[in-house]
Amino acid sequence: MSTTTWGWLVLAFPLAGTIIIGLGHKRLARGPAGAIGTLAILLAFASAVASLVSLQDHEENARQLTSSLWDYAVTGSVDARLAILVDPLSVFMMLVVTGVSTLIHLYSISYMKSDRGNARYFAYLNFFVFSMLVLVLAANFLLLIVGWAFVGAASYLLISFWYRRDTATKAGIKAFVINVVGDVGLVLGTFFILRHSGTLDFLGTFHAVEEGAFASHDGALVAGCLLLLVGAFAKSAQLPLHTWLPDAMEGPTPVSSLIHAATMVTAGVYLISRMHPLFEAAPAAANVGAIVGCATLFVAGTIALTQTDIKRVIAYSTMSQIGYMIMGVSAGAYAAGMFHLMTHAFFKALLFMAAGSIIGAMAGAQSLDKMSGFKRSMPFTFGCFVVGGLALSGVPPFSGFFSKDEILAMVGAREGWFTVLYVVGYVGAFLTGIYTWRMIFRAFFNRPCEEAVELEHGHIAHAEYPTNPANGEREDTDVGFPGPEHVIAERAMPMKVAMGLLAVGATILGVLQIPFVTEVVTNFLEPTFEDSKYVHLHASDGMIWLGMVLGTVLALAGIAIAHFIWVRKPGTSAALQARFSGLHRFLVNKWYFDELIDFLVVRPWAALGTFCRTWFERAVVDGVFVGGATGVVRAGSAAVRAIQTGFLRYYAALLLLGGGAVVLYFLIASS
Amino acid sequence: MDLGWYLVVSALIFCIGAGGVLTRRNPLVILLCLELMLNAANLALIAFSRMHGNADGQIFALIVMVVAACEVAVGLGLIVAIFRRKLPIDVDELKELQG
Repeated sequence: MSTTTWGWLVLAFPLAGTIIIGLGHKRLARGPAGAIGTLAILLAFASAVASLVSLQDHEENARQLTSSLWDYAVTGSVDARLAILVDPLSVFMMLVVTGVSTLIHLYSISYMKSDRGNARYFAYLNFFVFSMLVLVLAANFLLLIVGWAFVGAASYLLISFWYRRDTATKAGIKAFVINVVGDVGLVLGTFFILRHSGTLDFLGTFHAVEEGAFASHDGALVAGCLLLLVGAFAKSAQLPLHTWLPDAMEGPTPVSSLIHAATMVTAGVYLISRMHPLFEAAPAAANVGAIVGCATLFVAGTIALTQTDIKRVIAYSTMSQIGYMIMGVSAGAYAAGMFHLMTHAFFKALLFMAAGSIIGAMAGAQSLDKMSGFKRSMPFTFGCFVVGGLALSGVPPFSGFFSKDEILAMVGAREGWFTVLYVVGYVGAFLTGIYTWRMIFRAFFNRPCEEAVELEHGHIAHAEYPTNPANGEREDTDVGFPGPEHVIAERAMPMKVAMGLLAVGATILGVLQIPFVTEVVTNFLEPTFEDSKYVHLHASDGMIWLGMVLGTVLALAGIAIAHFIWVRKPGTSAALQARFSGLHRFLVNKWYFDELIDFLVVRPWAALGTFCRTWFERAVVDGVFVGGATGVVRAGSAAVRAIQTGFLRYYAALLLLGGGAVVLYFLIASS
Repeated sequence: MDLGWYLVVSALIFCIGAGGVLTRRNPLVILLCLELMLNAANLALIAFSRMHGNADGQIFALIVMVVAACEVAVGLGLIVAIFRRKLPIDVDELKELQG
């Protein structure tokens, strides 16, 4: 089979999974739904591997294959086709998405076993994978927008999965609204680009840019790229459109793992890489991307230091890591950015899964304040968490070390003001070590908490009654709330397998890109990025060595500081909070971004809405339009009704008058 | 004789009829007045017919008579119906259809 056929198959399996589980949800609940969902994604992964193999058979400069299934609307200036583009970049993304998704589906089989909405969950999850694959396989802007919006919808459905939780539905709405802001940006950016390139097709657009379609329309290209960035920022939770991501942790933990860490939020990184010819022609926009990515990685890192909800800490670290990727791909380090995307998908999915296991052991509670001492009772989870933590904080030889340092080295190689980004990147790496290990030390070290003691005696703790971890409200375990059973990785084989495989990946994937030794990812992605003007950008040897040493030292220093504060001298944290109470409050309140957006956007719009409802609606719509129309009709009918006296003589007189008037008219007209 | 005199008589009768229709309240009288108006028109038609020297006007007059007969039949039928229902025989009292 040809390469593109495999590409279509990658799309077909998750779609089939969604439809089968969706239609048969009543029969498939609990047992088969999870198996069918996992199998569908596994088959998609197999097809992705097959397309990888068959892509390697092509000549290196002929590895960008498009295939169109049919034409929606092909007219003079719009060529909307249902077409996919299979090239090294999309194959790479396909492999990451389907590979990690398979493991997360596997994990979910156990994790969501007792949930009453089990079949619905797997239908949504398959739909998400399908949407994400549409997004990465799209060969034109139209299909990209379709995938982009589908992914947002799937994210909304899964964040609000426990729909009887007030907090979850609100978080879902927030995520959806912010994502729609991004969608609008993406659509408008597409218009800007389409207007001058004359085609929706990616390859055609890149060709047009090369031919100079924007030579005299530089502003349009910059505006278009900035609007594309709005889309990327909203989807990838970059400042200032990031506030939905921490709230998205209301969804089930595997969802956080898959959508809000490993795949969907990296769509922005993919978008910038895919559009690299446009961004290179509009360096102003690319610079904005690099600066925002850098700002995000720093801001998110500082916020993560003070959060107490274990999932939110990981969410902020996701934001921070995606900041690295966005900064990297905006600065021209495409292969490095994509490599970090892959390693991040592994170790972040792993961290979320391990967090899910702890949350299971805590009977649903998520606060770090309540957790401690799980090291002995959950050795497997602890091991996974440590592997994930080492990879995240960038300790050699774990994967995160190689990918993050490669991005930073490339950013440093751009010189000029990029040096500032380079330095901030290393500050962020230092923060990463602290907040990651703060989480690990608080959850696994020190004196075991009640739940941990109970687990050491062989029981998983169960709360007296289930509660919402966000606000402590009492719940039941019916549909729309989490199921009654709590699951930990130590006792569920599928979870163990999924986490084990991810842990192996998080540990060894660094070998793909060891400086001076291997560059598998760079070579593989080269056909996509060979037209880039940064393709020959390389950090000097000294810089690479400096980066590696600096990265190792900073990561270990961060871990040491975390160890000192939370294990050696447990009172230090409280003392620091008291000493820097202003700063602490600032960080606990997440730099007041929610309040700022509330003040700048939400409140004015709400005020406008209230004004429209109370004044515009009442005075203008009700008063002038509705009232005016009825008034005219009423007055007219009153006038006409007055004539209808019922007296025959009036009618006769009117008839005579009318007849007389007609006669008079003709008399006058004829004379 | 000059055509004008016929028309004057015709107009006079028409006006008497119209005045009767507008002022009288008894439906019987109104019907009679309507007959006056129709016959005034007939007179004018026949006068014109003579003037032009062809029979078109006379045929019109015959048709008007037929229509008048029909109208009287319907009108009298209505009056009988009103009488049978013991309603006042007065057009001003019969104004239920006002708006």
